[in-house]
Amino acid sequence: MALPAYTTTAERVWHYAFGIICALIFFFLVAPIVVIIPLSFNAQPYFTFTKEMLSFDPDGYSLRWYNALLGSNEWMSSIRNSFIISISSTVIATSLGTLAALGLNRPNMPARGIITAVLISPMIVPLIITAAALFSFFARVGLSNTFPGIILAHVVLGTPFVVLTVTASLAGFNETLIRASQSLGANQTTTFFKVILPLLLPGVIAGALFAFVTSLDEVVIVNFMAGPEQTPMTVRMFSGLREEISPTILALASLLVAMSILLLTTLELIRRRNERLRGMTPG
Amino acid sequence: MASRDRPQKQELLLAADGTPLKTALRRSQAIERRRAFMLVAPLLFFLLIVFVVPIIAMTWRSVHNPEIRDYLPQTAAALQEWDEEDVPPEPVFQGMAADMIVGVEKRTIGRAAARINREIPGARSTMMRTSREVDEWSAPYREKFLDLDEDWANLEFWRILKRESRVVTPTYYLLAVDYEYNSQGEIAPRPEVYQIYKQLFFRTAWMSLLITGLCIVLAYPISYLIATQPARTANLLLILVLLPFWTSLLVRTSAWIVLLQQQGVINEMLVALGIIDPSGRLRMIYNSTGTIVAMTHILLPFMVLPLYSVMKTIPPSYLRAAKSLGAHPFRAWWRVYFPLTVPGLAAGCILVFILAIGYYITPALVGGDSGIFISNLIADNMQGSSAQLKLASALATILLVAVLLVYWAFNKLVGVDKLKFG
Repeated sequence: MALPAYTTTAERVWHYAFGIICALIFFFLVAPIVVIIPLSFNAQPYFTFTKEMLSFDPDGYSLRWYNALLGSNEWMSSIRNSFIISISSTVIATSLGTLAALGLNRPNMPARGIITAVLISPMIVPLIITAAALFSFFARVGLSNTFPGIILAHVVLGTPFVVLTVTASLAGFNETLIRASQSLGANQTTTFFKVILPLLLPGVIAGALFAFVTSLDEVVIVNFMAGPEQTPMTVRMFSGLREEISPTILALASLLVAMSILLLTTLELIRRRNERLRGMTPG
Repeated sequence: MASRDRPQKQELLLAADGTPLKTALRRSQAIERRRAFMLVAPLLFFLLIVFVVPIIAMTWRSVHNPEIRDYLPQTAAALQEWDEEDVPPEPVFQGMAADMIVGVEKRTIGRAAARINREIPGARSTMMRTSREVDEWSAPYREKFLDLDEDWANLEFWRILKRESRVVTPTYYLLAVDYEYNSQGEIAPRPEVYQIYKQLFFRTAWMSLLITGLCIVLAYPISYLIATQPARTANLLLILVLLPFWTSLLVRTSAWIVLLQQQGVINEMLVALGIIDPSGRLRMIYNSTGTIVAMTHILLPFMVLPLYSVMKTIPPSYLRAAKSLGAHPFRAWWRVYFPLTVPGLAAGCILVFILAIGYYITPALVGGDSGIFISNLIADNMQGSSAQLKLASALATILLVAVLLVYWAFNKLVGVDKLKFG
C-alpha cells in the first residue's frame, strides 16, 4: 500500500508502526501452530529445539515420533474411534440440520423465533453444562460408554452449525426455481435432489465440515462419556498432555494441522465456486 | 371499524372447487405450515429429548432431595407438626418406629441412615442400633427411644431431619456460593478454608472479561488491516486468521505448553540469548498467565471474524470525508469509524465472553491452580472419589443462568441476527 505524497511525517510513522503491530499480532496467531511442526521431527524426547536442529544437522531430525504414533495400537484405535464418531455424527447432523433449515426458512413456518432459539441453543450452552446434563441422562437410559451415546451427543453439538450455514445459503435462494421445476413436471423429490440440493450444496458442505471438526475436536463430553472401548484421540491427547508429555502428541498435532490446512483449502474452493455461480469473478 | 361501512351482503369469492376463497386459502396455508413444521420436527424433537430434557432434569436434580421423605415417610409427615422447641412429641417417634420397621423389612434403613449421617456425623450408629430394637417395642415409643440412646433427645438432629425431609432443598445452591446451614439451622457462610466457589465464579467472570478485552485490543488492528486491503491480500491475511480457527483446540493448547513451559521454546531462547539466567526461568504456564495467553490466542479468531465482516462494509470514504472536513485522524476514527464497528465488536465480545466463561479444556491443561475456571470444578464434582453430582448440577445451573442472562442482555442491546461468521 503506497502512501500518497501529501501524508505528514506523523501519519507516515503511524502507518509503519501500525504495520509492525499488525505483523506482531499475526505472528502471535500463527507462530504457535507453525512451531510444533518442526518440533515433531525432533530426534530427542524434548519439547524444544536442540542444537542439532538449529544447525540443520540431519541427525537432529527424525521420524521416530511419527513411527511411535503409527506403530501404536492404542493411538491408531483411538484415531479410528474418532473418525467413526465424527463421520456418523456428521451424517446425522447434516441431514437433520439441512431439513430443519429448509423448514425454518419457509414463509409459513409457525413459532419461528422460539424454535430457532431451541435449534441454536447447543452452541450457546457451555460444553461442560451439556456434558453434565448428558452424563446423568445417558447413565439413566443406558447410553453411557457406548458409541451411539457419544454420536448422539455430537449430533446435538453439530446441528446448529448446519442450520446456520444452510440458512445463510438459503438467503440468496431464488424461490421461483422451485416453481419452475414443478411447472416443468418434476415432483417434490426430484425438485429437491435436482434443483434445491445442488444450489444449497455449499452451505450444506460448510455446515458438515463445521459439524465434523466440532465432533473430531470435542474433548469435554467424550471425556465423561467414552469408556475404554470408545476412547477417541482427543481424550488420549488430553490425558497425555496432563500426565506424561511425549512428542508423539506433537506428531499427531502436526498431522491435525495438515488436516486443518486441507479443510481450509476445501472451504476456500467452495467459496470461489459460490462466487463463480453468482456471476462474480473469482478473487 | 372499516368493515362496518361495507355493505352487509357481499358476494363470496369462491375457489375452483366451490369453497369460499377464504376457507380454501386458510386450509392451504395450514397445509403449508404443517409441511414447514414437519421438516423442522425431526431435529426439534431430537434436541428436545437429547438436549433440553437432560438440562431441565439436571436443574431439577440440583434441588431435588427425596431420600428422607422416601425412606422415612411417616416421620417426615409427623415432623411437619413439630414446633422445633422441645424434643418431638409421641407421633414423631411413632412414625420413626413404623418407618424403621418398614426400612428393616425392605432393607432401605441402611441407605436412610447413610443419608442422615451425611448431615449429622455419627447418626448412622444411633439409627442402626435403634432399628435393631424397635420391632420388640410397642406404643408409647418416645420414652423407649430416649432411654436407648440420648441422641434421640438431640434437638439439632430433629431440626436437620425436618429440614432435609423437604423434597426441594436449596442446600446445593448454598454450597455453590459457599454458604451452609449452621448447627442452629440458620444459613451462614462456610468456614473460610472451604470457601472456593464464590471466588472461582468471580475469577471466571473477571478472567473472561480480561480475555475478551485482550481479544478486542488484538483483533481491532488486524481486522481493520484485512478490511482495508485489496481482495487478494485480504484473502491471504484472512487465511492466517482462519488457520488457527480451524486447528484443533488441543493442538493449539499443546503448542502453548511447548512454548511456555520452563524447558519450553521461549525460556530456552531467552536463556540462550543470555536475557535470563538458567536458574531464573520464567513461570508462564500452569498459572493464570498460561490460561490467559492460551485462551486469548484460541478465542482471537472469534473476535476477528465478526469485526472484519462489519468493517468490510464501511466505505473508506467516510474517514476521508471526516478528515477533509478538518477532523484530527484520531477524532475522525473515534467519532466516525468506531461507532460503525460497534455491532461487530458486540458480536465478537459476546462470542468470546460466552465461550470463555464456560471453558474447560485449556484451563485444565495450562491453568495449574490459579488459572482454573468454574467449569473445572464442575468436572471435578462429576467424577472421581469426591464426586458430588448434585453440587455439580447446582454449579452448572448457576453458570447456565449466567450465560443465558449475558446472551439475553446482548440480544436486547444488539440483536442476534447481527452475529455473522466470516
